[in-house]
Amino acid sequence: MLKRCKFIVHYVSKFNVFEQVRYASQILPQFSAEKYNVKRKNFSNVQAADVSYFQSILGNDRVLTDRDEVLPFNIDWIRNCRGQSQVVLKPKTTQEVSEILAYCNKKRLAVCPQGGNTGLVGGSVPVYDEIVINLMLMDKIITLDEISGALVCEAGCVLENLDNYVRGHNLIMPLDLGAKGSCQIGGNVSTNAGGLRLLRYGNLHGSVLGLEAVKADGTVIDCLRSLKKDNTGYHLKHLFIGSEGTLGIVTKVAIHCPVLPKAATLGFFGIKNFENILELYKSAKSSLGEILSAFEMADNLAITQTVKNLNLPNPISDYPFYALVETHGSNEVHDGEKLSNFLNKEMESGLIMDGTVTSDPAKMQTIWNLRESIAASSLVGGYVFKYDVSIPQKHYYDIVPMLKQRLGDKASAVFGYGHIGDGNIHINISVPQYTKEVVSLIEPFIFEEVSKLKGSISAEHGIGFRKPQFIHYSKEPSALGLMRDLKQLMDPNGILNPYKVLPETN
Amino acid sequence: MSRVLVGVKRVIDYAVKIRVKPDKSGVVTDGVKHSMNPFDEIAVEEAVRMKEKKLASEVIAVTCGPTQAQETLRTALAMGADRAIHVEVAGAEYETLQPLHVAKILAKLSQDEKADIVIVGKQAIDDDSNQTAQMTAALLDWPQAVFASKVEKTDSGLTVTREIDGGLEVIKTKLPAVLSADLRLNEPRYATLPNIMKAKKKPLKKVAAKDLGVDLSPRIKVVSVEDPPVRQGGSILPDVDTLVAKLKEGGHV
Repeated sequence: MLKRCKFIVHYVSKFNVFEQVRYASQILPQFSAEKYNVKRKNFSNVQAADVSYFQSILGNDRVLTDRDEVLPFNIDWIRNCRGQSQVVLKPKTTQEVSEILAYCNKKRLAVCPQGGNTGLVGGSVPVYDEIVINLMLMDKIITLDEISGALVCEAGCVLENLDNYVRGHNLIMPLDLGAKGSCQIGGNVSTNAGGLRLLRYGNLHGSVLGLEAVKADGTVIDCLRSLKKDNTGYHLKHLFIGSEGTLGIVTKVAIHCPVLPKAATLGFFGIKNFENILELYKSAKSSLGEILSAFEMADNLAITQTVKNLNLPNPISDYPFYALVETHGSNEVHDGEKLSNFLNKEMESGLIMDGTVTSDPAKMQTIWNLRESIAASSLVGGYVFKYDVSIPQKHYYDIVPMLKQRLGDKASAVFGYGHIGDGNIHINISVPQYTKEVVSLIEPFIFEEVSKLKGSISAEHGIGFRKPQFIHYSKEPSALGLMRDLKQLMDPNGILNPYKVLPETN
Repeated sequence: MSRVLVGVKRVIDYAVKIRVKPDKSGVVTDGVKHSMNPFDEIAVEEAVRMKEKKLASEVIAVTCGPTQAQETLRTALAMGADRAIHVEVAGAEYETLQPLHVAKILAKLSQDEKADIVIVGKQAIDDDSNQTAQMTAALLDWPQAVFASKVEKTDSGLTVTREIDGGLEVIKTKLPAVLSADLRLNEPRYATLPNIMKAKKKPLKKVAAKDLGVDLSPRIKVVSVEDPPVRQGGSILPDVDTLVAKLKEGGHV
């Protein structure tokens, strides 16, 4: 009985986070085009004849035109961006995607490819009336090679479903994100999603073995090999990883799944200051070596706010910083010994002030849930600016106090948390209300500072709709030039996810 | 001050997906992650809180099971129990270990250890029996306060709030007594690192069931363990008329 109860509790709390987000305000967000002053590009408008054509390919059920039905596809999950699309298409096969794109390309109709719509930079929703192509119905698992660990599936498979599936075969997905219950693998690949396991299993440019994508003119590019090694010519799959749907729509993915660790342990520690977090990271790398699978940090406010807003338990009391250290290994005894040596040493040295450590799956889930809920917790009330930057570890936390000082009482909360191991920090700034004045205090200040520290203005969230005008802080003009050339070559009419990634040329 | 005996059971962790053995004799436990029964965690927490409030002088954790069950005792020790007793039951005997056996063991140990209060979880999440507390009380001829959601010390004994169908019942009981912990009694703590380290050095005594004079021969035979039926897929119908037609077709209206 308890099992069911707990399951429901867990489910409800998870559900609540997203519901709260969705209904944080019943008022619809302002149209992105107005909010960010974007001019519509010279695309055709969708006509009744176009809708009829789509219906002839997909049938009536998979072409949404009803205003209420289309609305959720127009709004991103942080309720920051809102597009004006009137048509949502739900293809089931690559062939259908190809036919849709060939038609749109010919008619110069702009499209917005969409997966689970959990992106944080507005890349997954339209800006004007781009036709939404949502891949949720392409959710079939095609093959799983248990020897190599290669999983081949369609782009619309939800990450958590894939993880559950491969776990049944003693494998895990190489990536794990807070949004795993909604995000789709095609979207993960298109945005080169990072997440919680990147430290151990690397990023998608390494894990994706092959993929199939459809170009703007409807050509299907079949790079769906599942080989670890394949040095035959240009590595085209990489063009579709992280290009956020501006060069093509990913329809199938071959991805390498590592072996499910037999032993996993999670520690959650209280730390005195940021310097000690770095010391602890160094020590964890040398003491835990190959079993270290995640090293995450959060400052006091990130945790206390999450505990308060979402009513979650904090396993330990108040500390200035928190570190979360996870190990994945193949032998519980061996891992346990390593971990216990590491803990003994660092308790004694004082780097770890207090903490808890567990290998009970249920407890581990509760602790991970606290970490993963930070992103959603800050959406309760007011408006939140979210930044996802990577900075060399030495200066990882510098920007948070800088912003606190700069914003003073204009911000209700400024906090930082993220993946220390990857040098990736998420900075959240909560304000009572979105105003141009606050924006001007934050942007481009934050990007300039990141650029000075030789960081990246977008570590894992991508550029999307929100950041093209800042991309130059991280990309040289020559690199941007080549990006434009590629776009011109692969999508000459610019119909794929317009207004995103590439900055406007003045 | 009282001495508290807490019964803890090692069960498959509730976050793990349960698989039934192909021969339907039970569920797969090999290589599956186990942890302390969540209701027993609540029982341990309550006992430790009693000690922290100086209502209890000593907390003794007890478990019956194979060697691995000692991990569960170490968890109880890390949460704050003072010492532990591992009643070794392994192999075939463990497979058929039932609440009555455990109740006899707990009854014997509470006499040997001169316990004033026995606390266990209201049920274990693996067999859902909900019998151990009641049977232990009967065997000892002690009062029982089961499904406790609040326990307070009063002059001569305890005032216990019980979760019953449709509400709460408040009862008073003298000591010694047997309690079982319900979900809302408390929220168990996470064992902190220093306590996890200390727990490794706390005393853990091993005894054999037969040394306690308890006969472990099975009283019940498990005939078959089966998965719940798989939910039939639903379908979306275009309109009410079709729905009514379908319901009629299926003989539901």
